[in-house]
Amino acid sequence: MSTTTAVDDRVATTSSLTRIMRRPEIGAFMGALVVYIFFALVDQTGTFFSLDGTARWTDVASTYGIIAVAVAMLMIGGEFDLSSGVMIGSSGLFAGLLITEYNIAVWPAILMTFVFAAGIGFTNGWLVVTTGLPSFIVTLAMFFSLRGINLGVTKVLTDTVRVAGVDEAPDGGIRAGYESAEAVFASALTQYNFRIAVVWWIVLTIIATLVLTRTKFGNWIYAVGGDANAARNVGVPVRRTKIILFMYVSMSSCLVGIISLMRLKSMQAGQGVTQEFIFIIAAVVGGCLLTGGYGSAIGGTIGAAIIGMAFIGIAYAQWNTDWTWLFLGLILFAAVFTNSLIRRRFQGARR
Amino acid sequence: MTEVTTNEPDALALEDVGKRFGSVIALQDVSMRVPKRQVTCVLGDNGAGKSTLIKILSGVHTPTEGQMFVDGKPTTFNSPREALDNGIATVYQDLATVPLMAVWRNFYLGNEPTKGFWPFRGLRTKYAKESCKAEMAQMGIDIRDPEQPVGTLSGGERQAVSIARAVHFGANVLILDEPTSALGVKQSGVVLKHIRTAAESGVSVVFITHNPHHAYLVGDNFYLLNRGRMLAEYTKDTVSREELVKAMAGGAELDALAHELGAET
Repeated sequence: MSTTTAVDDRVATTSSLTRIMRRPEIGAFMGALVVYIFFALVDQTGTFFSLDGTARWTDVASTYGIIAVAVAMLMIGGEFDLSSGVMIGSSGLFAGLLITEYNIAVWPAILMTFVFAAGIGFTNGWLVVTTGLPSFIVTLAMFFSLRGINLGVTKVLTDTVRVAGVDEAPDGGIRAGYESAEAVFASALTQYNFRIAVVWWIVLTIIATLVLTRTKFGNWIYAVGGDANAARNVGVPVRRTKIILFMYVSMSSCLVGIISLMRLKSMQAGQGVTQEFIFIIAAVVGGCLLTGGYGSAIGGTIGAAIIGMAFIGIAYAQWNTDWTWLFLGLILFAAVFTNSLIRRRFQGARR
Repeated sequence: MTEVTTNEPDALALEDVGKRFGSVIALQDVSMRVPKRQVTCVLGDNGAGKSTLIKILSGVHTPTEGQMFVDGKPTTFNSPREALDNGIATVYQDLATVPLMAVWRNFYLGNEPTKGFWPFRGLRTKYAKESCKAEMAQMGIDIRDPEQPVGTLSGGERQAVSIARAVHFGANVLILDEPTSALGVKQSGVVLKHIRTAAESGVSVVFITHNPHHAYLVGDNFYLLNRGRMLAEYTKDTVSREELVKAMAGGAELDALAHELGAET
């Protein structure tokens, strides 16, 4: 950024650079470029830059990104969901148990799982808007409850801590509907092994961006996160908006749960736990304000891409993958720090 | 109460209205009239019952006693939405705009113009930006870029956005809760001008303030609220600014203090 364009946009016309720099995800976008170049340079295997390597990191990024976009929307709406990680496991187990233990056909089981996830999201949202307790606490309680239920129910029904054999029919063949569901949720698209989850990720990012910037509901999301009282005073249905956002987060976790279930044909009871913070990191790296009212859906996607690159790039650099967490910590701080600098400089927005 | 001087019904009127919260009497025997196209000021110090009065007028609270009239008809509001539907818009002191949102998004918040059919019903962003700019220009404020966040506007401009918004969406009665209390001298002047403009364009304004100087500049009628009761009632012809300030302060010995209290914060 050049110093000559430090425009006071209250008294002067806005330059196009300021317009671009005002986008919430701009810091994350530049960060993603730096991270990409960095891992391309330290790559020891020569694959990070290739289509194979790209397929690997976008695969990691896609499952994070699908949820990170939802978490970013919820964060713009002023709330958190700490149960977004454990919901991956809950949904996968729910669908898996319906299929293997109760012999429900694959597609109806998937449908029922989305209804279940919507119910969990509704419960989160309803509890938050009705009790007035911080969503941090409400969803933390949901997180631990689901974690216990996941283990407890799975053990009771299967005597193990995993659900397996989703693809096998009782007579030994392939279960009806499994192949089509696998094609929709978990197939590989090209010879380079790009996964269909990447398509889900991109499509959901586009839809979320359109909803956020081009619809009435998107306007409400910014308003309830920016100032719920002001929003209520001009007639925005604050409670409904927040509940819908919680439902969207749970259902996106459910989508990722179904994707992993179809891909692995099994589900561990502990699946998804600890990932909730990865989604929050992705959203925050992508430029969302923790206090709400500011951010973008594509920011969550860029944040997820950075995290995907880090996971795969560190492996390709042949470093110990334990360093991934240090990297995530540093990138989180650096991103938030530069985002706030950019915002102060080009936005002038208070807070 | 005073005699009705015109045949036209008042935009808003209260008759012996009271409000209790349990054993606490917040308002008692409050009667007032808000004539059409005039600025009616409600003056009162902290704790006088101004907030309760606003909340009754805007439908947040339902009065426990007395009757409210809208356009001469007895009316009871059960929610702020009902008040809005009756053309009564309230601009709250600090709770009127979302600072991080663009001016045009704030302007149309809750009344977004859309086109198309669900699920492809989108915002008319271009129209919204242009008409917001035009509407603000009519208020005498040049928004160069409707995309800029409201937080970058000055306090007076932010109040103007709220007032312009209320007028644009067909408010017949505009209730302003201390619109000048957080503003500097110059910005207060800007807002007072907008209040006058709004009244001249046909809106009935209820201006709630603790500042008799500001009230006297724009008001046609004045009500003095103290300890939950209507103490006095004046019209512009029957009262001087000094009298108003004195009445507000509750005595000559408080005159000096009142000037200090009524000064800009």
